[in-house]
This record gives sequence, C-alpha cells and structure tokens, in this order.
Amino acid sequence: MSLWSRIINVVRGDRLNREVDEELESHIEEAMGQGRDPAEVRRAFGSALRHREASRDAKLIVWLESLRADAVFGWRQLKKSKITSAAAILSLALAIGACISAFRLVDALLLHPLPVAGADRLYVASRQGLSFNGIPGTFDGTEYPLFQLMRATVKDQAELIAVSWAQRVDLTYASDQETEKAYLQYVSGHMFGTFGLQPALGRLLTENDDLRPGAHPYAVLSHDYWTSRFGQDPKVIGRTFRMGTGLYEIVGVVESPFTGTEPGTVTDIFLPTMMHEGVTHADWSWIRTLVQLKPGVATEPTCEKLQANFRSFQGERAKGFTGIPKQKIQNFLNQRIVLEPAAAGVSDLERDYRPSLTALAILVALVLLIACANVANLMTAQAAARAREMALRISIGAGRSRLVQLVLIEGAWIALLAAAVGGLFAWWSAPFVVSRINPPDNPARVFLPADWRVLGFALALTLAVTFLFGLIPALRASAIKPASALKGGEDPHSRRRLMRALIAVQVAFCFLVLFVAGLFVTTFDRLSHQSTGFSAERLLTLDTVTESPQASAFWDQVADHLRTVPGVEKVALAGWPLLDGNGWNGFVSASGAPPSPFLAYFLSVSPGWAETMKIPLIGGRDFLVTDTSPGFAIVNEAFAKAYFNGENPLGKSFEKTSDHTRFQIVGVVSDARYRNMREPITPTAYVPFHAIDASKLLMNQGQATFIVRTVSPNPLALASTLGQEIPRARPEFRVSRIRTQLEINQSHTVRERLLAMLALFFAVVALLLAGVGLYGVLHYLVLQRRREIGIRIAVGAQARSIARLVTVDVFPMVLMGGLAGLGLGMVSVRYIETLLYQVKATDLAMLAFPSLTLLAVALLAALPAVIRAVRTDPVAMLRAE
Amino acid sequence: MPKPDSLQGSLDLLVLKILSRRPRLHGYAIMSAIQAMSGEVLRVEEGSLYPALHRMEEAGWIRAEWITKDTGRRARMYELTAAGKKQLGAEESRWQAVTSAVNRVLRMA
Repeated sequence: MSLWSRIINVVRGDRLNREVDEELESHIEEAMGQGRDPAEVRRAFGSALRHREASRDAKLIVWLESLRADAVFGWRQLKKSKITSAAAILSLALAIGACISAFRLVDALLLHPLPVAGADRLYVASRQGLSFNGIPGTFDGTEYPLFQLMRATVKDQAELIAVSWAQRVDLTYASDQETEKAYLQYVSGHMFGTFGLQPALGRLLTENDDLRPGAHPYAVLSHDYWTSRFGQDPKVIGRTFRMGTGLYEIVGVVESPFTGTEPGTVTDIFLPTMMHEGVTHADWSWIRTLVQLKPGVATEPTCEKLQANFRSFQGERAKGFTGIPKQKIQNFLNQRIVLEPAAAGVSDLERDYRPSLTALAILVALVLLIACANVANLMTAQAAARAREMALRISIGAGRSRLVQLVLIEGAWIALLAAAVGGLFAWWSAPFVVSRINPPDNPARVFLPADWRVLGFALALTLAVTFLFGLIPALRASAIKPASALKGGEDPHSRRRLMRALIAVQVAFCFLVLFVAGLFVTTFDRLSHQSTGFSAERLLTLDTVTESPQASAFWDQVADHLRTVPGVEKVALAGWPLLDGNGWNGFVSASGAPPSPFLAYFLSVSPGWAETMKIPLIGGRDFLVTDTSPGFAIVNEAFAKAYFNGENPLGKSFEKTSDHTRFQIVGVVSDARYRNMREPITPTAYVPFHAIDASKLLMNQGQATFIVRTVSPNPLALASTLGQEIPRARPEFRVSRIRTQLEINQSHTVRERLLAMLALFFAVVALLLAGVGLYGVLHYLVLQRRREIGIRIAVGAQARSIARLVTVDVFPMVLMGGLAGLGLGMVSVRYIETLLYQVKATDLAMLAFPSLTLLAVALLAALPAVIRAVRTDPVAMLRAE
Repeated sequence: MPKPDSLQGSLDLLVLKILSRRPRLHGYAIMSAIQAMSGEVLRVEEGSLYPALHRMEEAGWIRAEWITKDTGRRARMYELTAAGKKQLGAEESRWQAVTSAVNRVLRMA
C-alpha cells in the first residue's frame, strides 16, 4: 500500500471497516456453502473488531492513535505552564510573523512572476559600464530607434518589447478644470499579444499600433483602474481623455491581474509607444527593452547580437557629440548590453529596495533563529523537569521514537499557535510596510496576495521551526537512561552545555542584529540631518502646468498675484523644486578652457528665488527681471571651486558646451543640495527663468513651479487657497501637484527611515528575546544547583562567590557570542555598504553601542537569578530535599 | 498481536504458492486449497489468514479486487504481483534452506 492509500485509509476508516466486514461475511457464506456450521466459523474468526485492527494497517492505526494522544497530552502540557507557553508562543509568533511578512514583500516585489505568458523567459536589456560621471553601474534605459534596430536583429531568437517607465500624469476626462492623476505606461502594441493577454472589454493594442509616430491615439485601461475609476462601466469604450495637448480614445480594458511591468506601481493606462515624443529621438533613453526569448533560445548568443547593434548605434551617436571630454565618450562606448532576468518585472522600486529587503529578510531570519534558540532552551529546561516522567515512560516500554514524537508534537503545538498569531501579524504588517515605502502622496502599490506561495512558505516555516527548536530537546529527552533519572542523579552537564551553546548563538545573532540596526539608524540620522543649504521651513511648492506654453510675463503675473494672497511671505518661480528628482545638466567650459570632465547642473529661477529659499548670496547680485537665459547666471560655491579653482568667478563667463550658449556670472550663492542627500554638492548654475531662443526672442513655458514661503508655520494650510488662486490669476494655469519642501526633502530618506525603523524594531525584539533567553537559562541553572548552593551557603560561602558560581559559566558564553557576532558583523557589512551613508563599521561608537547594550541586558537578565541564588535559605532547601 | 498459527511462519509462503498456481482466489478458496493440497494436514485459521492477506497486500506482494458473486454478495479476489513472484522465490529458497538444515540436524543427532 502506498503512503497515499494509507492516508486515505485513515480518512476513510469507516469504509475500510465495512470492506473488511464484507469480506469476512463473504467468507462465512462460502463456508456455509460447504456445509460448515456458521457459528463455528464465526468463532474461528474471533471478534470482527480484532480482525479490523489486525487487518488494517495496524502500525498506522497505532501511530495515529499515539499522535492523537500526544497532541492531547502536549496541549495539556502547554496549558499547565501557561505563562512560559505564552511567552514562547508570542516570541515565536513575532518572529514567524515578521518572517512571513518579509516573505510577502520579497515575493511581491522581487519573486512573484508577472501574470503573463512566458514570464520565465523574460529579461531586461540593460547597459553595464561606467556612466558619464565615471561611476560604474547598470542602466536599463534604451533609445527607441536602437530598440527598433535590436528588435529586427533578433526577431528569430526573441521578441523585444518596449515599455516606458510608469509615470504619474495629469489628464482630464471632461473639462480642463477637473484634472486627475493616473499612472501611465507607454508600451509596444505587440506587448499584449506576446504576453498572451486577453481583453476584458474592447480590444487591446496590437502590432498595428506600432506603425507611425503620433498616429495611434488609443488607450487601454487596466482592469484595476477600470474598476476603481469607472465601476466596470462597459460604456467606457470610446470615451476620450486629454493629456497635455493630446486627445486619446479608450479602446479596451486588459484582463486582470495584469497591471503593467513594474512591481510597486499599478499602471492605469497603457498607450502605444508611438504616442511618445521620444520615438523619433536617437538620444532619448526613455524605454526599457524587455526581451522575451523564444523557448529553447540561450541568452548568450542573443545578447551578443544585441551588443553588436548597440555598439554601432553608440558609435554613430558619439560622432555627434561635441564638447564632451574624450574619456567620457570612451566610457560611453565601452558600455555593454547584459540580459538580466525580469520574470517578476522591472521597476526602480524593485532595484532600489532589493538590497534593503534582502538585508531586512536576513535580520528577520536572525530574529527567528534567536526565538527558536529561546524556545529550545525553554523546552530543554522543561524536559529536565520532566526527566522522571520520561524515564518512567521508557521503563514501561515507550520506544525512543515515541518519545521524540511526544516532545516534537509539543513543539508543533507551540509552532502552530505561533504561526497562527504570526500570520495575523503578517496580515497587518506587510501592507503597513508597503504604505511606508513611498511618500504618502505617491504611495507604492504592491499586490500582496495571500496565495498558496505565502501559505506554503508559512507551513514550511512552521515545520522547519518545529524541528529547529524541538529536535534537540526531543532527542535528549528520549536518550534518558531511566535508572539514573529515576534515582534523581541524572548527569545534568550535557544539558547545561547545550543551553550554554544556545546562549552563545543567541548573543552572536543578537549582536549582529543590533550592530546592523545601529548602522542603519546612524545612516538615517546622518542623512536626515544633512544640511541642505536652504531652509525648507514654511515652503510650499506648486507644480503648475498650462494648457499650452505661456509667455514668461504671464508666469510673472501669476507670481505677482500670489504675492497679494494673505499669509504669503515670498513667491518665486523655478523650473522645479530643489531635490524633487528633476535634473538638467551639461558639460561646461569656463573662460575658454576645454570642457571639464564633470557635469554641472542647471536650474532656471526667477529673481528673488535665492531669497525665498534662504540661500545666502555671497557675492554679486540677484537676477533682474530683464536678465535672460542664456546670458546671465548665478553659480554656487562648488561651481566656483570646480571651474574657477576657487577664484572669484564674478564677472567671468562660461559656456555650456552642448549648445555653445554663454553665461556671464553675476552672483555667487552658497551651496545648496540639488539632486540628493548622498552625493557631494553638485556644481550648479542658476539661470534666469526668462529664456530666449537663438533669435533672442523670449520663449513660452508650459510648466514650472511656484515656490511660496508662507507666514504660518504650517504651509499646507494655504495649499488649497493657492491652488485656486493660480487659475483665478490666469485661467490657462493649472496646479498639478502641491507639496511642502519638507516633504520633498524627506522623500530622499524614505528608504533609510523605513530601514532604520524596521531594523530598530527587530533589534529591540532580538534584545528582548536574548534577554529572556538568558534569564531563563540562569534561572534553570540556579534551580538545578540549588542543593549545591544551599550547602555552600551553609558552610559559609560569601554572596559574591555564589554570584560568581551562578554566572561564571554563562558570561564567557555571552562574551564568545558577542565576539562571534562582531566577526559576523564585520563580514556582513560588506554586503550592506551601499545602504550606508557616512558611517563606518569600524567606528568605535558603532561597536560600543551593541556591546554595551548587550552587556546591560545580560546583567539585567542575570540579576533575578543571582538574587535568587544568594537568597537561598540553606535550611529550608536541605530540609526539602 | 495475532496468535501464532500452526503453520510456523510458513503461511505467507503457502498463500503465495497457491496464488502463483491459481490466480484470482478469494480468502475461503485459498484456505480450502491449502487444506486440500496438504491432505488435510495443514489447517489455516481464519483469524490468521485475513490479517496475513492484508499484510501481504500492503507489502505489494498480492493485489485484490472486488467482484460480485452470483449470490449478489461481493467477494475479494487475490492475485500475485510481480513483487509477489519474487518474494515467493525468496521464501521458497529460504524454506528449502531451513528444512534442509533441520533435516541435517535430525540426521546427525
């Protein structure tokens, strides 16, 4: 009988019983046919019940019966020591819950395959090498003409799909006053066919939508968006929306659950790549190239072919470069195409969070191991208390395996209950963490299905945990020699050794968790206290767009209007706020010198901008309304240092080499952060908001940001008023996004904050667990040696020597564990270096924090046991024995 | 534990042998066959036969299926499997070894 039929037998016990009975009846009938006495035949059988027992898989029945008995017994044991059980279950639940939670995140963001056909054959073509700035890295953007070239080259080996970054756009369904936000992705029309996706309604985009630039104004909605925005209205087909100057018709809805190719973002609307301006530009890298290999095709040769395309394309492009240093061009040409697996999709979020999530998952696993060690210690101590019971069981004939089973089932109870509580914890915590990933006004959306993957993981984890903490105590319990145990003289040393070893392991892991948490917290602290060079207090930024580009004078007019609003202190205009992620850069040649090998950054600003931002003017003057770009510039100190060797640059001029425009420096301001918190301050040139073209005519502008410093300390109080005042000043102007500058600044440390917060949480949990573990072990040791302690006190031992006796063999373990943890920390720091900022693993403070904390916790945990030992009353103790 | 039968552990061998000669027998027929072929010397007790049959079925030596008899009652018919044939060979040679050893002892003593 196979294992399966045995299990079936257990489930269908009744039927099996009936079958055995039936077979026996048939036998009796035959016998009667031969003329035998039915009563005599029945007697020969004995009772039918006995047959059932003997006939059926007897072993299985006994085993199941014992399983049930052990389960009941284990449950009673748990209930007997309620507090210890609850402590064990809760600590384990926290760890298991955190593990499941981490798994859900990692799975959703990094592992879960896209719901498309052939996801396992999906790759993303990235270029690897030195960037323009000479920093090694991987970039996954592609220019559309290159994409077309590559697609044609490898069409027999693979299908190439172009997808843009998912972007948040403003669009209107009815009047222009009602703009709304949606996530939009430009995709190749043939993507839907290649992915084997079906329409839920209407049609999807096809190869025919990939033909002519600008000629396919059709949109496909995601099922999720169709549901949330339109309530699954079938009449949505044929509706139009306006985005910028374009009008688009909705032609279909793609079946759920496909929501784009970026984990972390749910795409609402798909447009054909042909509708993006970039399709004709050979120097816009705005798409990702997804490569779906045909079945059985190897990556290497395909990659080689793509590389050949790429090299010739880059070579062609480099010919057009002017004013870029040679070394940069060489860097550019040396880049290589690599195919990276993308079964789970590709997104910046995923790339950003991969190392953080991995680090967190490891921390969580460590916490789980600490919890397991704790429960193992607890069970070992309990098993010691039950040594006599075990001995009795052995002496009345229980087999070793039976005892292992008994203890393991008790462990399974703990693990199961912990998993149930932990599951609830994960249910709540995973979405909570996701909600903290991005700034609140642009939340990450990650589908966290509670599917078979999660369930399977939870079950496997529970099983693993049961064996992890249950097996050693179980094996020990079963190895008891009944004679010595019943005499009460069982050798306790081996058990103590085990517990001490577990303490060392716990301390090592705890040290590691504390150490890493310390690094993360310090990183966050350094970053968030990083000086930005401007004051974000009371600053509101209003990203504003216009229906069609508007004259600069109109922009000034709106700014003037905002200055009249009560509660407004200062108003300025800028291309975009500092630190919001936008950037405009180029190579610069100062005073006729050859272009320098690093990029300068540019930002267009209105007069009064530096004052509004509270960036001190060090020399020269602010812009005048009559200043134009190109023509004049205000530079920061880093710029002066980089291009003028720190000499006073006032009155000197520089050339932007890409378009040979010249700027005269009229002012110098102190450094302010432009791009992010981590990099050194970039050389920056601020240029006048009023831009002129080659024929010196003022150019119109379609978007810019109003920077408003409010009087009240809460700038958001003015947000809605200002949002309404802007179109009131000029009806063509619409506000697309309102943020405080503080919010923008904080968005740069979201990941670090999350990492620091979670790492700190796990550090506290680990510390708590380790403390409880140490306390438990010492408590047990004191209990076990109480006779000895009693005698020592009776013969006059000092309190000090008793304390020494109790702690002497545990503290070396703490020390050893600490050292091991230190070693682990030094090794692991290499893997998390990219997540750290201005903090070294070898900093004394970084090492002192976990050491001292652990020491304090160890002392605290040891105190109760020591006090108990010292207070042992020898008379009462010896009498009780 | 089932009480030891009079066949001294040779029940499996006998059942396998019978089934190798005559496929598809029910329990009663196997019992009768052993009795008849041993000249009424060997008697299988019902209380041992069925546990043995089910045990051998579990071991994969024999397989069983239900048929409906003329009387309308269902009967369980047993037949040998490939593993059973192999087992039969092993049991037979073991039996030969044991009996010849016993005979040797009887002769020498």
